[in-house]
Amino acid sequence: MSNLEDLYREIILDHYRSPRNRGELATPPAHKVEGFNPLCGDEVTVYLDVEDGVLKDIKMTGHGCSISQSSSSLMSAAVKGKSLDDVQETITTFKELMTASGASADEETGAKNLRSLGELAALAGVVKFPVRIKCATLAWNTLQQGLTEISA
Amino acid sequence: MASGQRVSSFNARRVRNDIPQLTRQVHGRTITYLDSGASSLQPRAVIDAMSTYYRLRHANVHRGVYQTANEATEAYEDARAAVGRFIGAPAPADEIVFTKNTTESINLIAKVWGSANLGPGDTVLVTEMEHHANIVPWFQLREATGVDVRFIPVGDDYRLDLTNLDELLRGVKLVSVTGMSNVLGTKNNVRQLADAAHGVGALIAVDGAQSVSHGPVDVTNLDIDFLAFSGHKMLGPTGIGVLWTRQSVLDPMGPFLGGGGMIADVRLDGFTPAKGVARFEAGTPPIAEAVGLHAAVRYLEGLGMDNVAAHERSLTEDALTRLEEAFDERIRVIGPPTVIDRGGVISLDVEGVHPHDVAQVLDEFGVCVRPGHHCAKPLMRRFHLAATARASFGPYSLSDDTTVLIEALEHALKMFG
Repeated sequence: MSNLEDLYREIILDHYRSPRNRGELATPPAHKVEGFNPLCGDEVTVYLDVEDGVLKDIKMTGHGCSISQSSSSLMSAAVKGKSLDDVQETITTFKELMTASGASADEETGAKNLRSLGELAALAGVVKFPVRIKCATLAWNTLQQGLTEISA
Repeated sequence: MASGQRVSSFNARRVRNDIPQLTRQVHGRTITYLDSGASSLQPRAVIDAMSTYYRLRHANVHRGVYQTANEATEAYEDARAAVGRFIGAPAPADEIVFTKNTTESINLIAKVWGSANLGPGDTVLVTEMEHHANIVPWFQLREATGVDVRFIPVGDDYRLDLTNLDELLRGVKLVSVTGMSNVLGTKNNVRQLADAAHGVGALIAVDGAQSVSHGPVDVTNLDIDFLAFSGHKMLGPTGIGVLWTRQSVLDPMGPFLGGGGMIADVRLDGFTPAKGVARFEAGTPPIAEAVGLHAAVRYLEGLGMDNVAAHERSLTEDALTRLEEAFDERIRVIGPPTVIDRGGVISLDVEGVHPHDVAQVLDEFGVCVRPGHHCAKPLMRRFHLAATARASFGPYSLSDDTTVLIEALEHALKMFG
């Protein structure tokens, strides 16, 4: 079962069972953005409260598999309170992790990226299950869309 | 159906030995294939027939005069007649149209028969348990012609609720219904619906994607007008589907796609469509696939469709009992709890575990099931589900498969519990 344990790390199961930053924010002032995965029916709604270039608060609702839900939860914990530049950098680093090239990047960069991701690194095993990558990236793509809408 | 006259020679273990893919190892375990509802596996007889065809007999059909071209044409037309006989068609060689799959067959009904015969004020009656393939073509027809589309609801017992059938049938010109739900396993009483449809002067089309491969289907006994099904769900190859149409309905129907093979004549000012089923088969048809489908039909006739149905019924009964014993309320079966009018499709709702995660854990045990909405979103909404994990049987399935399924489900519950 080594493959499965790689995918379903304890941190992932923990975030699935007790998702962080679950709920809604009043809109306005918060910005609301929805993401769907039409193939598997996963849904996520992200509420973003941005003030002075800082993501002051983030809340999320939705339903889906353990990978999509834990990824949303881990994401919210990772980006809450960060400057928008830092949020953008975290998105970029995470999405690199979810590509084959990210996984096979040279060891030094790879290790540095993993360290910078903290708990998010628990999702690194997903890349070995290509069908599940879209589960892990759903919340991130939705967050990215929200940030683009806010800056527009 | 030939099965009635045959002496039973059905032996599921022997069937299993005929399927090369069932010897495959996946993640260090022998594969446990429980996804026949999505696509069945092929016996050696089918693979060999297609291989021999490509090695020795391939040529385009209905064109050449040379020896192999004649052989290919004969093989293709023999397949048509054999498929027709398999479903009890009164005129096997003249009523079978080969398509790409069930979906294309239903689209052909909608786009050819539907657009010529239906318009504002008319209604197509489908059911809430249909696959998208038997919903979307009718919505498209509604956009094109203004025809109304109405649904027979599904009750809490996972069966069609026919309480208001008389009312639902008002203004209906076509009833289009699945023979067996690909999510619930529910088998519909097609003969009853055919009688009701004909009673109001409507025709009836049956989506046989699930029903044709798992038990005897006889269009004459069922008294239906259209039957759509797929080769790959009945031990045959992908890329070939079938549309049977009662000849009196088929004869006035115009052509489908335009191109070579479907014409009697083409001039600078227009064309005349071919007579017969050729006018629905533009372009080079799936010849090798027809040869493979013919082999699948022969193979199924050898097993006897009554025997296949009995075998799958006993597997389903065994699985329903053991799943309930093992998991009680932690795993809910979304479908009828007994095997009366029910096929070997078992949709599972596992407490606290998303179907994608269930399927992922099962894969580690070599168990192939399907997570998702099974292309039946209206039905999933009806039962407030985003998805289920679906296990489905074929003639080669064994009770051992259920044993591995239960072992893997126990692991999934432990992991996520």
